[in-house]
Formats: sequence, C-alpha cells, structure tokens
Amino acid sequence: MGARVLLALGLAALVAVPPLLPKYALEVLISILFFGYLGACWNILGGYGGQFSFGHAAFFGIGAYTSTLLLLHWNVSPWLGMLAGGALATAFGLFAGYLSFRYGLRGPYFSLVTLAFAEMLRVVAVNWKAVGSSLGLVVPNRGSAPAMFLFAEKLPYYYVIFVMALGAVWITRVIERSRMGYALAAVRENEDAAEAAGVDALSTKLRAMAASSFLTALGGTFYAQYFAYIDPSLTFGPAISIGGLLPAIVGGAGTVAGPLLGSFVLTPISEVTRALLRGRAGADIMLYGLILILVISFLPNGLVGWLRSRRPGAERAA
Amino acid sequence: MSGTGLEIRGLTKRFGGLVAVNRFDLAVAPGEIVGLIGPNGAGKTTVFHLVAGFHGPSEGLIHFDGVSLVGLKPHAICRHGLARTFQLVQPFAGLTTLENVMVGAFNRVGDVAEARVRAAEIVDFVGLGPRRDTPARHLTLADRKRLEVARGLATEPRLLLLDEVMSGLNPTEIEAIIGLIRRIHSRGVSLLIIEHVMRAILALSHRLVVLHHGEKIAEGPPAAVARDPRVIEAYLGEAVEETR
Repeated sequence: MGARVLLALGLAALVAVPPLLPKYALEVLISILFFGYLGACWNILGGYGGQFSFGHAAFFGIGAYTSTLLLLHWNVSPWLGMLAGGALATAFGLFAGYLSFRYGLRGPYFSLVTLAFAEMLRVVAVNWKAVGSSLGLVVPNRGSAPAMFLFAEKLPYYYVIFVMALGAVWITRVIERSRMGYALAAVRENEDAAEAAGVDALSTKLRAMAASSFLTALGGTFYAQYFAYIDPSLTFGPAISIGGLLPAIVGGAGTVAGPLLGSFVLTPISEVTRALLRGRAGADIMLYGLILILVISFLPNGLVGWLRSRRPGAERAA
Repeated sequence: MSGTGLEIRGLTKRFGGLVAVNRFDLAVAPGEIVGLIGPNGAGKTTVFHLVAGFHGPSEGLIHFDGVSLVGLKPHAICRHGLARTFQLVQPFAGLTTLENVMVGAFNRVGDVAEARVRAAEIVDFVGLGPRRDTPARHLTLADRKRLEVARGLATEPRLLLLDEVMSGLNPTEIEAIIGLIRRIHSRGVSLLIIEHVMRAILALSHRLVVLHHGEKIAEGPPAAVARDPRVIEAYLGEAVEETR
C-alpha cells in the first residue's frame, strides 16, 4: 500500500520535523493544524450530514469563553475547562439544532439560522461586562505550567493541536465506518428516502451536531490558551466559522482527510496573501471568497474528490 | 407480533379545499397481494404517503398489526415493519448500490459487517449483483427501480408498498419485475401495489381496489373488477379526455 507508507512518512515528519523549524514556520504549521482541526469538526455535521453550518463560531466561542472564565474566576485548569466548554457548546448545539431541524429548516435556511445564532452570541459577549465585553479576556501568563495548559514555547502547543487534529480525523473515520456514518450519508443524500428506509433523520442530525459542536469548542480553548487573549469578534465572529468550513469544502467535504488536506493548501495561501496585502483590511477574506467560488465551480467534491477521480478505474468519485 | 395486517378505515386527506382521499377503507391481510389502481390523480400515492407517515391524515384510522400508525414518523413506521418505495425513484445518489441497501439493513442490525452481508444478499436477490459497487447515480432507470425495492426489502418489512415500480420500463424489464415481486411475496412479505401496467397488476394481485377522485369505486377479484362498468367508465372517461 503506497498510500499507507506515504501516510506513515507524513505523520513521522509532522512529529519529528517541527522542533527543527524556525519560529515562523512553526506558527504556520500550528495554523494549518488548527484550521484543519476546525474543518474536521465542521465536516462531521456539514460534510457527512450535509448540514452546512455557517455558525460554528458559536461553539468555538463558547469553548474559549467557558474555559477562560473558569480559569480566571476559579482557577480551573483549562484542560478541565475545555470539557466544560465542550459540554456547554453541545447543549447549545442541540438547542439550536433541535429548533432548526424540528421545524424542517434545510439547506440555506439552516445555514442562515446557524449564522444568526453565532452573531447573537457575539453581540451578547460584546455587551456583557462580566465576560469582558468588547475588550475581551486575557489569559494570565505564568510562564510554563503544563497542568494549566500554559507553555513557554510554541512547540508544546504544536503537539497539542497535532494530537487534537489526529483525534478529530480518527473520530471522523470511526463515524464514517459506523452505522451512524451510513445514516448521515443517507440524510445528506435524500432525507425523505432516509426516513423511508428507517433512518431517524432528526436524531441522526442531532448526534452529528453534538459531536461537531463538542469538538469545535475544544478548539476554542486551544485558541484561548495559545494566543492568551480572546474577544467576541475573534471567537464568535464569522472568520472562525469560515475558517472551519472552507478547508473542509476545499479539501473535500464528507471525506476523512479532506479538511486537513484543505488546510495544508489554504492556510499557507492565506499567510502569504496576508503578508502581501498587509494593511488592506478584508483583502484576505475577499481572496477566500474567490477560492470558495472557484472550488465549488470546478472541484465540487474538493481536492480529495479530484484526486480520486484522477485515479485510474476509480468510479467512486463521490 | 400479532399479524392482523394493515387496516385503514375512513381515511380522509384534505389539502385546503381539495379532498385528495375521501373516507377510504382498505385492508391488507398477512400474505396478501393487493393492487391499488385508478386514473392519474385518483389519490393512490397520497394513500401511500398517509400510510407511510409522510402526511398526516385529516381523518381516519390506520392500523398495522394492531398498532396505530397515525402520528408516527416515517422511520418509526418502517421500524414497525412497513416499508415503501417512491414512484419517482429516490436513491442515495452518491452511495453505491450496496451502501444504499445497507442503509435499509441498519433498520434491523447495528453491526456494519452484518449489515453488509444482509445487504449483499438482497442486492443479489433483486438481481443487482453486478452493479453492487456502482454509485446509484450511474444506474439505469430499471436498476434504480430495483434499488428502490431492494432498499425497502432490506428493512425487513412484513408489508411492502410498491409505488409504480414498473413505470418507464420496457416489457422485458416488466416481466423481470413481476418475477421479482412474486419472489418477494414468497419470502412472506405482503404487498400493496400501485401500478398502471394493467397486465402486471391483474396477474399479481389477489384483490384489486380502485380509487377514483379519492374514493373507492370498486373492490374485488382482479377479473371481476376489470369488468366492472364503473371502473371502465373511470378509465374511459380519462382516455376520452386525453384524446382532446
């Protein structure tokens, strides 16, 4: 198996090479894995279940704020706080999901509702003094405190996000190969036919929502600890929602490797353009929009779909 | 499981001012094949939607093996042993034939390997063995019709509702589907069949029920129903209109 050898080599490189990298390259690599992770989380609901959320920042922000507030007020380790954030985000996801799915919001209507929920939380955070309002929250720097999810160097953060990204991809793979994966695919392809074949569409979508929102919230805690600062627009803003869905769609929605692959292609592009277009606010977002249009027009199944279709004899380009 | 079959009493469905189905009674006993015929727009597919839980009835009772189906969602009705096919085929286009059927098989088994084995058996049974790993979007219409049947069958129903599985097929393909329906019946599955192909429905049904403008106008053995003046009039009336 050539692919397996390639995968093993790639993983070995991702473990062994980072300590040798200069600081900037390491930061880019952390960015790649971070957006790949968000993409993998989004992919469970959006890619496999076909429910295109535009508001995953809601879960991300809940994760970031929950662990940070627990740390600031009760000195709870973010390692535990991230689980609390995950639980809260799951509860919120199930609430928003139940409202949307129960009343039959499909396609773009679901996307708009999720976007609205995220914006709503952003506005709440902006106006709520107890959570720092628009000034945001600072995670106090205490040097290196691994038990408190604080490291003096970038490298440990790299390994944390590396493990998280691998974990998300592994969970995706487990879901894909389970009964749940088939139910999700059926709901994505044709919800009425899925119901007729005995698939409980509502509970299938809610379970995907639970997994997706929980994992996305863990990403929020990582962000808070890594950058040591959060504010409403950074965590609840549309940039995070797009930052998750874009690598998944570009790489291949509904595929295990798609989101990571997408991020490996997109994040460096974004880094370069941000450096080149420094000072022109929003230019990188415009570029992202352009890439999204091009990919949806020419590579509807993403990079993974494109690679599969080029493989001789590969008929399954789905 | 008490096997009293399907019992429909006083079933009525109104869409605004339109009465699509009006005080309709129907029974399908275990082991029976019942044909549901009638001109286009008679309300046949609406009856299927009501029985399978895709619409809620305005009035009336639907019982299957002693359980009321009114208010249940389609997946719950399927789990209760009543499966349907769609007149306009609805495959999971991006999934292969086998994967499509596996989705149905998960209705009874949780284990992926076991679902795959059961689905493969049914794919062979309906004659799609050679198309097992073909994405559903690449299947011909005849094969998609078989896939509809296979997916329904994989849910292990006691009663299967077939909605025009022969429409758009050529005579050879129709002959093959008739054989398939007979084999499904001999597996112990009761069938309620909507069909416009008269030759097929007369040959298959133990009993025919005729719907016209949402009301039952005839019921009985196929040969007798086919001679019923009201039935002939219903169809002729439509035929005359069509020639204009």
